[in-house]
Amino acid sequence: MIRRPVDVPLSRRGFIRAAGGFGVACGFGFLAAPASAASARDPRFVVIILRGAMDGLSAVPPVGDPDYATLHGDLAFAASGDRAALPLDSGFGLHPSLAAFKTLYDLKQAMVVHAVATSYRDRSHFDGQDVLESGNPGPGRTDSGWLNRTLAALPGPAKGAIRGLGVGATAPLVIRGPAPALGWAPPGGLAPAGADLTQRVLDLYAHSDAVLGERLHAAVAAEKVAAEGGGEPGSTKKPGGGPVDQMRAAAAGAGRLLATPGGPRLAALAFDGFDTHQNEGAAQGLLAQRLQGLDASFEALHASLGEAWKDTIVIAVTEFGRTVRVNGTHGTDHGTATAALLAGGALAGGRVVADWPSLRPERLYEGRDLYPTADLRGVIKGLIAEPFGLSAKALAETVFPDSAQVAPTRGLIV
Amino acid sequence: MAINPSDAAAVTAFNRFGLGARPGDLNDAARDPRGFLLEELWTANVALIRDHAPPSGAEALQAYYLEQQALRAERAKMAAAAMQTAMLAPAPPAGPGMTAAPAIRGPSASPPPGPSAASPAAAKAEPPKAPASKPAVEQAQFLAEAQARLQKQLEARAGFVERLVAFWSNHFAVSVAKSGELRAAAGPFEREAIRPHALGKFSALLGAAESHPAMILYLDNQNSIGPDAAPGKFAGRGLNENLAREIMELHTLGVGSGYTQADVAEFARGLTGWSVAGPDSESGAPGGFAFKPNWHEPGPRKILGKTYAEAGVEQGRAILDDLARHPATARHIATKLVRHFVADDPAPDLVAMLAKRFQDSDGDLAVVASALVSDDRAWVAPRVKVRTPLEFVVGAARATGFAPHDPGFYLQALNLLGMPLWQPSGPNGFPDMSDGWASPEGMKARLDIAWAMGQRMRGGAEPLAVLKSTLGETAASPETVQAVSRAESREQALALLFMAPEFQRR
Repeated sequence: MIRRPVDVPLSRRGFIRAAGGFGVACGFGFLAAPASAASARDPRFVVIILRGAMDGLSAVPPVGDPDYATLHGDLAFAASGDRAALPLDSGFGLHPSLAAFKTLYDLKQAMVVHAVATSYRDRSHFDGQDVLESGNPGPGRTDSGWLNRTLAALPGPAKGAIRGLGVGATAPLVIRGPAPALGWAPPGGLAPAGADLTQRVLDLYAHSDAVLGERLHAAVAAEKVAAEGGGEPGSTKKPGGGPVDQMRAAAAGAGRLLATPGGPRLAALAFDGFDTHQNEGAAQGLLAQRLQGLDASFEALHASLGEAWKDTIVIAVTEFGRTVRVNGTHGTDHGTATAALLAGGALAGGRVVADWPSLRPERLYEGRDLYPTADLRGVIKGLIAEPFGLSAKALAETVFPDSAQVAPTRGLIV
Repeated sequence: MAINPSDAAAVTAFNRFGLGARPGDLNDAARDPRGFLLEELWTANVALIRDHAPPSGAEALQAYYLEQQALRAERAKMAAAAMQTAMLAPAPPAGPGMTAAPAIRGPSASPPPGPSAASPAAAKAEPPKAPASKPAVEQAQFLAEAQARLQKQLEARAGFVERLVAFWSNHFAVSVAKSGELRAAAGPFEREAIRPHALGKFSALLGAAESHPAMILYLDNQNSIGPDAAPGKFAGRGLNENLAREIMELHTLGVGSGYTQADVAEFARGLTGWSVAGPDSESGAPGGFAFKPNWHEPGPRKILGKTYAEAGVEQGRAILDDLARHPATARHIATKLVRHFVADDPAPDLVAMLAKRFQDSDGDLAVVASALVSDDRAWVAPRVKVRTPLEFVVGAARATGFAPHDPGFYLQALNLLGMPLWQPSGPNGFPDMSDGWASPEGMKARLDIAWAMGQRMRGGAEPLAVLKSTLGETAASPETVQAVSRAESREQALALLFMAPEFQRR
C-alpha cells in the first residue's frame, strides 16, 4: 500500500503544468534540470516491456482533447461522470486500473510521457519489439539489447560493478547481450497461457480443427466454472495464481534483488497481452486486467525496493501504440505513438510530459494513429545519462547506435 | 495454393516417423522422403549413445548401494550422538548471534577435502535461498541419462530410429517411480538393453530386456523363489509371477492370445533365480544380472504344450526364445507398431504384412521398420494421430534449435504433459491412442507448455521461418500462417505454431 501525501505541495504545480498542457506550446527544453547529488546515489533502473502494443489513449486518456471521445468511441474515458478516468493534470487522465500509479503520481514519484514512439514506423509486433529492445534504429538485429549495452558503456569503476537482471523464464532481449546479467524467474512452476493466446488458439481451431477446439474449449470452460465467476481462462488453480498475481510476483522479486546491497542495479521485465484487437474494454476488459497487473507491479516494486525507491527509476514501454479509432470488433489495431509510464523516487514526477499533437483527424499519423512527437530513446537517455554517468557519445553510439540526433530529454529526474 | 506433394511427404517423414524437422531438414528429405528414413535406419550403430555416455547400469547401481550404505551409517552415528548428548546435558538454547549451523548440516557432515565451496558457481550472486543439498546419486544419474537421451534426439537426422528406441523403451516399460534402484537403472536399461537391439533381432532384444536389472527389479523377479528350491531355507517366501505374466501379456504374445494361468505360473517357475547381484553378492558383480541357482525351481517346465528341460538360467532363455518367435508375438508387435506410427485403429492388411515380415525375417526389427516405411499405406493414412508429449516437446525444440545444457525444462514439460520420462503408471507403458493425449486437460496442458516453449525457444527464431522449415512452404493452412504472423509477439507466434493442427497431428 502506498500512502498518500497528506498535503500535496501546490507550489510546484505552476512549474509542472507548463510541461504538457493543451494549448501550451512547449517542448522538453522548457524544463530546467534541477541540481542533482548523483554521486551520493546508488541508482536503480527498471525497464518493463509491455508486449503487444499498449493503447496509450486508453491507459492515459487525453480526456481534454476535443476529438478524443468521438474517435475512441466506446473505449473512451471522460474527465468526469460514470466513464471518468483518474484525474491528472493538463487534460489527461489515468485508466481506473492504475490506482497505485496514481498515488505515486500524486506523490510526484510517477509521471507519463505521451505521444512517444521508438524510431520504428511500421506495424509488425516482432520487428517493433526488436527495435524497442535492441535500441537499433531499425529492425533486423537482435544480438543484444540497449540495457545490456548500457552495462557495457558504464564509465570507470561502475563497469563490472553494476550488474543487470533479467526476470522471467528467458530474459527479455533488452537485457540480453555480451555483458553478464543475472536471471531470475518467480517460483511456482510455469506461467500458464493467458486469455489472449487461449482465444487465438481457439479461433485457429474453429477454422481448422473442430475436435481439438472442442477439447480445449471444454478444459477452458471447466476452469472458468472452477474459478467461480470467471476470471481469465487458463489463469486459475495454477501455482503462480492469476495473471495479476504473476506480474506482481515478478516485480516484487525484481525489487528485492535490486534492493540487495551488491545486487543488480539494472533490471528488465516483460509482460504480454496488450494486443487488444478485440473486446479491449474500458474500465473493465482485456486492457483493464493487464493494466491492473502493471499497476500491481509498480506497487510491488515500490514496496520491495524500500529505502532504495528514492534512487529508482522504472519505465514501462511498449513497441508502438494503437489506432485512435475503434475497429469493428471493439478493439484497436496497430498504431504508432503511445504513452510511457514512469515511476520512482528519483523522478521529477507528478506530471504528464507531452508535446501534444492533438487528435484532429488531419494531425493523425497516416490518418489513423497518434502522431509521435517524442523519441523514446531521448526519454531513456534523459533517465540514465546522469544517474549512471553515461557520456553523450556512449549514449549515441553504444546504447542507442546512430542516435546522435536524438538529444536526451532534460528535467525528468530530480 | 496447391500443396507440393514432396513437401507433404517430407513433413510426414519427419512428423509421423521422426522427431520433427530442424531448419533445412525438409529440403534434404523432400527428394526422397522414404530413402531419407531408410538411410538413417541403415546407418551403422545409429541407435547407440557412444560419446560421453553416462556410467553403466551396474556402476550406477553400485554407486547407489554405496550411498545407501553411507547414509545408513551416518544415520546410525547421528542417532548414537544424539542419544549421548541427551544423556550428558540439555542442548544450549540457540540465542541471538548463535548460529546453529552444525546442527542443520545435511547427512554429509564433513565435506571431503578438495575443491572448496568458493567455486566459480558460488560466486554468481543469486537471490538468497536455502543451500541446495547435493542431489542423491540416483537422481544425478537420472539427469545425466535424460540429458544424453535428449541430446541424441535433438541431433538425430530424421529421428526415426529415436522414435523406434522410444517405442521399444515404452514396450518394455520400467518406471523410475518404483525405487531408487529403478531411478538409477532406467536410463542404463534403455542404453544397454534397448538401443543395441532396437534394430537387431527381437529375440535378442527380449533377452536383453528381461535379464536387465532394471526389468528384474521393476517386476520383482529378484524376490521370486522356486517353491521346491533349497526346501526349508526360504520359509514364507516363494514364487512371484509378475515378470512372467507381463512378458506374456505385454512383451510377447499379447493378452487373449491363448496362453493360460498355468502357462504363466510355469513360466514364472522357469524364471526363478533370475536376479540382481546386490551390494554383498557372491553371485556376480554388484548391480549386474545374477542367476541364483539355489533359488531356481528344479525340473522341467511345460509351457504352451512344449516341455523345457531343466537347464538353470538357460531354461528361461529357451522359453523366451520361443515366445519371441511365436506367431501371436509377431501379430502383437505388428499391431502396436502400426498403431504407434500410423493410426489408432491399425489397418488389418498393413498389420498382416508387417507380422509376416517379422516372422519371415526371424524378428529382424530393422527389416520390419523398413517394411513399414516402404509401404504406401503407412504414408497415405490421414494425419489424425496427435503427437505424443515427447514428440511435441522434442519436435518444438528441433524446430527452433533449442538445445539447453541441462534437461530440466524438458523433464518438467514431459511431467506436466503426463508423460514423465521413464515413468509410466504401469508396466503397459504410456498409451498410444490420440484420445489419451488430446483430452481436454491434455490440450490445456499443451497450450501452457506451448506458451512456455514459445518464451524459451524464442532465441532469434523467426516464427514464419520456423513454420516454413517445419511444416513446409505449402503444407501449412492459410489460417495457421495468418495466426502465426498476426501474433502479438514472437513468443506468442511460436506458441501458436506449436498448437497449430499441422504441428499437433501427424
